Amino acid sequence: MNSKQTAFIYTEEFLHYSFHEEHPFNQNRLLLTKDLLEMSGALCQDQIIEPQLIDEKWLYAVHSNDYVEAVKQASNGQEIDQHKYGIGTHDTPGFKHMYEASLITASGSLEACYQVLSGKVKHALNIAGGLHHGFPTRASGFCIFNDIAIAIQYIRKNYNLKVLYIDTDAHHGGDGVQQCFYDDPNVCTVSFHETGRYLYPGTGKISERGIKGGFGYCFNFPLDAFTEDQSYLEVFKESIESITEYFKPDIIISQHGVDTHALDPLTHLHCTLHIFEEIPKIINKLAHKYCDGKWVALGGGGYDIWRVVPRAWAQLWRVMNDDQIFEGKINLDWLDKWNKLAPFPLPLRMARL
Amino acid sequence: MLVKDIMKTDVITLTANATVEEALHLLQKNHIRHIPIINESNHVIGIISDRDVRDASPSFLEEHNNRGGILTRTIKEIMSTPVVTTHPYEFFEEVASIFYQKEFACLPVVRDKQLVGIVTEKDMLYAFIQLTGTHSPSTQLEIKVPDQIGGVLSDVCQYFTKRNIKIVSVYSYPDPPKDVVYKILVFRIQTMNPMPVVKDFQNTDYQILYPYWEDNHEF
Ligand SMILES: [Zn+2]
Repeated sequence: MNSKQTAFIYTEEFLHYSFHEEHPFNQNRLLLTKDLLEMSGALCQDQIIEPQLIDEKWLYAVHSNDYVEAVKQASNGQEIDQHKYGIGTHDTPGFKHMYEASLITASGSLEACYQVLSGKVKHALNIAGGLHHGFPTRASGFCIFNDIAIAIQYIRKNYNLKVLYIDTDAHHGGDGVQQCFYDDPNVCTVSFHETGRYLYPGTGKISERGIKGGFGYCFNFPLDAFTEDQSYLEVFKESIESITEYFKPDIIISQHGVDTHALDPLTHLHCTLHIFEEIPKIINKLAHKYCDGKWVALGGGGYDIWRVVPRAWAQLWRVMNDDQIFEGKINLDWLDKWNKLAPFPLPLRMARL
Repeated sequence: MLVKDIMKTDVITLTANATVEEALHLLQKNHIRHIPIINESNHVIGIISDRDVRDASPSFLEEHNNRGGILTRTIKEIMSTPVVTTHPYEFFEEVASIFYQKEFACLPVVRDKQLVGIVTEKDMLYAFIQLTGTHSPSTQLEIKVPDQIGGVLSDVCQYFTKRNIKIVSVYSYPDPPKDVVYKILVFRIQTMNPMPVVKDFQNTDYQILYPYWEDNHEF
């Protein structure tokens, strides 16, 4: 294993992005994932990079001044206009130090880009990132700052590269990332998601193709409720391969929401762990074929934090790091440690389901 | 919602002396299907559609036996008249029923005899999209409720208020059609996590029809 090929961006501060105990968005899944990787001997200390806190100016590359100010105020416990800024709602309640927690999350994604673009590594992973719903002027769907849009702006402004964005979260990230680059022919956004017929946010129709110069650089693949692995992968592989060939990106940014799994409580797709092995493999091949390996992967949704997320993201890291997947039984020490806290028995094997 | 809220105000028009060729050119260039015909006082005196132009063609062909002859005829000879129009303060649903009953797809909007706008089938559909709330990030819930007096709608809405969830849009339809006992309320609500409010509805008279989860996972 070449331990220098891939960076794992992590800091304990990521765990501060926490709304409240009962909220489905629970960053303890980062801890569960990192623990699983370390106990399985798949993550070395020298691969873990602590993110540098970014300059606030990068927030303004995507977000409005008054929105950033509102996040700061909510962060200090002040009352803000809930309807205008989307904070204090059922989805995105305010919490103490939410500004700092959101800033460090975005910093993680910029750090991942920096690690790859400075040539220190080929791939970098920030599982705390991938908050694709954030709007320029308001919070939405658990997302405060849109770390993905900020990272893409950072790449565009500093390196002027063509960015392919691949979003495999069950929810369409169209309100956030797609909208930010809707008229930009240098950023191609591709999303695979459950149809918005009932599911939030409702967008992501086939007909959303970009506007002006960006027309033809936006692709949406809405999938019906109860879609299973075989159909999912058929759609994913065929389309992402031909889109990548057509667009010829310089770098790939991928969002790895794992709420497409059948056990996820918020969505209705019916996929298993298998797709979380295959998606990274396919992207990895494309990154090496078209981008000299340059690939930044981010987290995303995933609300069964015990049975689904740790294994899914462990597979993602494993593919990024050495193009392998875990097979067979799950690490026993990990099971012992976390079974005590889990609300239901943890799975015994790495693969399947 | 009123006609003035959904109509287009930049109307492409012709006068009755214009030629069929000019009309054809305008229809094609602007990707439109209807042109109101006005006089020098901006009164609507007729309307032509792409279909009028097409339908008129064979009879002209018989008469003149050449295409150039058709194209140089005046609009006056093929326009429909009199014209059914609407007013900016008319309800938009009234326009929908005119479209449905008369099988039109376009109405000029007239105020004080002046042409002030135009409303087409496409504008109507866009208005319906706005009404159903699918333009704003939201989750759709369909709830079957008893169709009776007694604050059913306000009671259902309380559940969203309690969870601090904004309602983006609401409409209702009968279930089954013509049944007077139940109605289905369709809400779009601004949340990515409908589970808590769906659970709140579980022990009530209100039945959530969509979204549905399978009772037993096969896993
Ligand atoms: Zn999601």
